Amino acid sequence: MLSIVVFLPLAVGLVLLALPRLPDRAVRWTWVAVSVLDLALVIALWIGYDPAGGIGYETDIAWIPTVSAGYHVGVDGLSLPLLAMTGVLFLACSVYSLREQRRVRAYAVLFLLLHTVSLGLFVSLDLILFFVFFDVSIVAMYFVIAGWGHGERARSSALMFFLYTFLGSLVLLLGFIGLYLAGGTFDIVELTAAAPLDGGGALAGLVLAALVIGLAIKTPTVPFHTWLPPAHSDAPAAGSAILAGVLLKMGTFGFVRIVLPIMPETWRQYSWVIIGVGVVSVVYGALVALAQTDLKRMIAYTSVNHMGYVILAVGAAGLVAGSSEQARTLAVTGAVTQMVSHGLITGALFLLSGVLYARGGTYDMAAYGGLARPAPRFALLFAAAAFASLGLPGFSGFIAEFQIFTGSLPGAPVPTAIAVLGIVVTAALFLLALQQVFLGETRVPGATGDLTAVEAWAIAPLMVATVVIGVFPRFLLDVIEPAARTVVELVAG
Amino acid sequence: MNENPGALIPELLLVFAAVVGLLAGSFLPRNRQGAVRSIAVLACLTGVIAAAADLARPVQSVFDDTYVVDVGLGAVRIVVLASIVLTIGLAGDQVSGSTREAEFYVLLLLGGLGTVAMAGANDLLLLVASYLLASIPLYALTGIARTGPGNEAALKYYLMGALSGVTLLIGSTLLFGVSGSTQYTDLAAALPDAPRVAVAVGLVAVLAGLLFKIGAVPLHFWVPDVVQGATTGVAAFVATVPKIGGLWAMYRLLSTTVPTSDVDWPLLVAVLAAVTMTLGNLAAFFQDDVRRLLAYSTISQVGYLLMAVAAAGRATLAMPALGLYLAAYAVTNLGAFAVVAALPRARTLADYRGLASRHRLLALSLVVCLLGLIGTPPTAVFVGKLTVFTAAVDAGLAWLAVIAVLNTMASVFYYLRWIAPAFRARNAVPADDLPPAGRSAARSAHIAAIVSLLLGVLAGPVLAVLTV
Repeated sequence: MLSIVVFLPLAVGLVLLALPRLPDRAVRWTWVAVSVLDLALVIALWIGYDPAGGIGYETDIAWIPTVSAGYHVGVDGLSLPLLAMTGVLFLACSVYSLREQRRVRAYAVLFLLLHTVSLGLFVSLDLILFFVFFDVSIVAMYFVIAGWGHGERARSSALMFFLYTFLGSLVLLLGFIGLYLAGGTFDIVELTAAAPLDGGGALAGLVLAALVIGLAIKTPTVPFHTWLPPAHSDAPAAGSAILAGVLLKMGTFGFVRIVLPIMPETWRQYSWVIIGVGVVSVVYGALVALAQTDLKRMIAYTSVNHMGYVILAVGAAGLVAGSSEQARTLAVTGAVTQMVSHGLITGALFLLSGVLYARGGTYDMAAYGGLARPAPRFALLFAAAAFASLGLPGFSGFIAEFQIFTGSLPGAPVPTAIAVLGIVVTAALFLLALQQVFLGETRVPGATGDLTAVEAWAIAPLMVATVVIGVFPRFLLDVIEPAARTVVELVAG
Repeated sequence: MNENPGALIPELLLVFAAVVGLLAGSFLPRNRQGAVRSIAVLACLTGVIAAAADLARPVQSVFDDTYVVDVGLGAVRIVVLASIVLTIGLAGDQVSGSTREAEFYVLLLLGGLGTVAMAGANDLLLLVASYLLASIPLYALTGIARTGPGNEAALKYYLMGALSGVTLLIGSTLLFGVSGSTQYTDLAAALPDAPRVAVAVGLVAVLAGLLFKIGAVPLHFWVPDVVQGATTGVAAFVATVPKIGGLWAMYRLLSTTVPTSDVDWPLLVAVLAAVTMTLGNLAAFFQDDVRRLLAYSTISQVGYLLMAVAAAGRATLAMPALGLYLAAYAVTNLGAFAVVAALPRARTLADYRGLASRHRLLALSLVVCLLGLIGTPPTAVFVGKLTVFTAAVDAGLAWLAVIAVLNTMASVFYYLRWIAPAFRARNAVPADDLPPAGRSAARSAHIAAIVSLLLGVLAGPVLAVLTV
């Protein structure tokens, strides 16, 4: 069942590839239909899942038995919300791309491939399987940026994206090899049970460093974030939405799925380093975002800021002394909620900036002004997304950040207090952007025009989802909390 | 003493096909030599089946212990024979109907035979003999097109080969002199008591010959010139197949003769591996000729393969890793060459611009093979790299694994320099600038790409066979 959910998009993509005479229109609608179907299947999985039951829908088939690597997949409270978010975001992108005109078939196939690898990564319970999906996502996104990005610069941005994240993946692979040599298997569940490197020592430190650097590049956190702004600003809107919404989560998800459970003692030992990195990412990301004049780069830098909260939370989960288990569970729950929330909100923001680009041909905020008058629906949605992103109550971001701060505060009061400042800066930068683009005298560099029906149908559901999570978070938190508690118990040792 | 010729069916099939091919080639009219191709392909495919059947048998030491038939040799046989078939396929469009068609196939078969024999040799003299058999046909093949660059390449290849062949012979003589035997098992017993300097010099001289064969630093100079000067089919073969035998010969020699010697050969091989991959990568960076780029890429690949040799005897994964990586490398590299062979007019990276819109499947195969050479999952080279890196770390060579990772990262750059233009929109260029050579090469490229993917996904059983 789970494997069908994962591989359905790819299978349809291969069929599309094999039918060369299919008209573009049919390709687009097939893509949308597959996304709807896949999301429906994920929802069915969610309904049938018992949060108290640990890993559900498990499949474990030997794949490369010589190195104990298997096709081991399953879902739990950490991955199910991310699966659902992935499904929603890919559906939004497929709807948004109904107006895409350039090489539609290849575009759809690449996104279907990305869909499969994203779902596959979140359900992987084997390090090699995880790595396979991790790496293929880089390849597919490279082609999206290089093939459909903006102008000549897109290719160098794509190359930089590939090189940088590929290096991260290889460092991660070295860490995995270290875990394998210590534990004799690549299976995450077995490694979690054995925690082979808990004896400490130099090897444990090196493996942790490899894992953390590898995941930090993908996340990205300061100082490994430099690939992100060019990749984002030159990618097509749907590509940016997937890159920020889903692919960045592969890094943070790796922390809660792999690093914390398998190396709890080492994690506790170095948790202050992680917290430090998180706080720096929060503040630095927000400040640099504040300085941007390019709307898309600004959103890209807020991703660094938002992922910083997640890193802060997972770091705080390692502070056994000085904070209760309840607080640390809250922090991890907040981290997972933030992954979901950021995926939805940033996805919406990038798609909206794509709408802006389609009208005006530039992301330069100074070129626009007073758009609220000619494009009220656009202004409304953008304002909602901006407020959601800065963590206003009623949106999912508030739930996530509130939990992160409350959960991190007892163990790490000073870093948390500094991180809260990030919210203030984000609020300022979003308000400035809103003021510049939507208020004042109307200035539009290209054609005017409000959101089309297709664009509204793509973006509005994302905002509806964040509001639903923001107002009725229980259905989500009930799933995440048991899994978060398990992680925290593992880290507590 | 075991002198059972039944243990050598794949080798005998190669000899048989070569002899029959040679005879048939001299009787058949010049335009009807396609029959020789059928004989060669049939012999190779039968040999693959025979070798696969042999995999389940216990290790045999045949002909007075000079030749070992084990799983390692089994893997080499299958890979080499399959590579010959693939090479015949990718060269088919160019060779078929040419005036030297039969000779081409016969030389391929003989070169392949030498390669297989190198891998199985358990005796220095047999190693030297098979080395020569794996070299001389290839010198002839390199010059077979009789073009200026081809002749130059053949001469260069021959001179370098002769020099390293003599070095190999000198090394063998030295080791024979200090131990009184040429057999690996006797050497293993005698070398620990032999004078250390003589052993070291002899070992290094033998290794030098093998380093030439696999195109590793410092004897790699011939690779780019030969690959660029020879016809594409020959280039693919020379850049791929001899390495299989050479690396396996090295593995067998080092793991059986000097495992306990106080000569620190793992470190020597590890350093050679590091230098080879780095140099190959750096030189590949700004190549504009696709074949030269592939040539340097094969040098860097040999560096990764040498990691498995460096880990020999100290990591259980070393042998499965070497076997899998060699198979993966052979099929992926031949696939990339097949794409080059399918587009004979496209010589530089810029010529590939717009390939995706003209020949969709060919572009797809190219991407699979090049990403495969990078080591992107789920292709076979990924599993090869995974196991090789694991073996190296396990053998205490973590620093080498780190260098290999950095190299892999760097290699992405030049492979992408090739992939990117293929997917770029075309400029206003004449419509016929990317004419395909024919169906045979393209088909070989597709087959190689598919096998490369399948071998990656099905690496489990392959590794299981090699782990005995």
